[in-house]
Amino acid sequence: MSTASAVPAPEVVAPEAPKPSISEIFLEFLFIGATSFGGVVPYLRANLVAKKKWVNDKEFVEMLSISQSLPGLNATNMAVLVGEKLQGWMGSLAGILGMCLPGAVLMFVVGMVYRLHGDHAWTTAALKGVAAAAVGLILATVVSLSKKALAQKFDFVFMAATVLAVNRLHWSVPRALVIIGILAILFHRPRGHHEKSELAR
Amino acid sequence: MNQIPALIRVFSYLSILTVGGGMAAFPEMKVLTVEVHKWLTFPQLIHIYSVGQMAPGPNMMMIVVIGLWAGGLLGAIITLIAFFAPTALLAFVVARAWRKLENWPWRTSIQQGLAPVSIGLLLAGCFTMAKGAVNGLETGAVAVGVLLILLQYKVNPALLVVGGAVVGWLSFMPK
Repeated sequence: MSTASAVPAPEVVAPEAPKPSISEIFLEFLFIGATSFGGVVPYLRANLVAKKKWVNDKEFVEMLSISQSLPGLNATNMAVLVGEKLQGWMGSLAGILGMCLPGAVLMFVVGMVYRLHGDHAWTTAALKGVAAAAVGLILATVVSLSKKALAQKFDFVFMAATVLAVNRLHWSVPRALVIIGILAILFHRPRGHHEKSELAR
Repeated sequence: MNQIPALIRVFSYLSILTVGGGMAAFPEMKVLTVEVHKWLTFPQLIHIYSVGQMAPGPNMMMIVVIGLWAGGLLGAIITLIAFFAPTALLAFVVARAWRKLENWPWRTSIQQGLAPVSIGLLLAGCFTMAKGAVNGLETGAVAVGVLLILLQYKVNPALLVVGGAVVGWLSFMPK
């Protein structure tokens, strides 16, 4: 930026930074994949938007909302979407590989160690606390997502129905997703059509 | 017995269930990995899921452990691919199509409609896990404590999981 600003740029909208190479994408996501303790979204924003300027804030929010509507984890979906924007399918592949590699290697080691020492009294004791903390963690995620994503009171009915269907009626997840999902989408159907047809008359 | 085909089947199926987060697939994961295939026990599943929350990157990397136990190094790699390839492919295709659908009115409907259902799935997964993980005063206090701290302060969740480990160690360590 400092070197570019020496030459007065005629355009108001600054041209985007030159497209990063496949290996730059891989390395950046490897870095995010290795450092994003406790949830990836803030780390993605800090690195991709603020530091690298590969995507702007509006694109980032847009990509995040796509990631959340699709199956798949935010972390990997974002890697695919950002990679695709930067370098097509090769970019997506580089992004998701970099994102997954550190955690996968770490959990591989955890799996080996657990099999050797998982039955020790002190690990079992610590893991009980870890599991309880994880429950609190998920509940906090549920609360903060609900604040952001649930606009109408009726949305809580769909949410409660999903919980009851899976936990009480023992529906499979796809069944709950399709049946309650379709009802919820129909509830939120586009209202514009009615207004338009009324205006037409 | 060769578990590789079963790992591919189970994890590519679980992959497409992760709407709104990995937790959404947890109830099915319990049924398939614990009850059907017996790759691990329910307490083990809860343990590795919870430890996985401390790892950086995507928070479902615990699937690598299941793959490792069921099928060694190859099992771990296959599981990783089976779990991430289907949704990655879908995200890739949708990324391209979604841009063209920017003005499609149902786009917002789908986003608004899926939000409460995916949060519900998250909560359902959480309850399934809580049945195995919260079973007394100490574990209940840890879960509620973590929830309240996170709602009140900006703390890195990974630190709270470490805190949970300390509390668990102090409460359950045989004297």
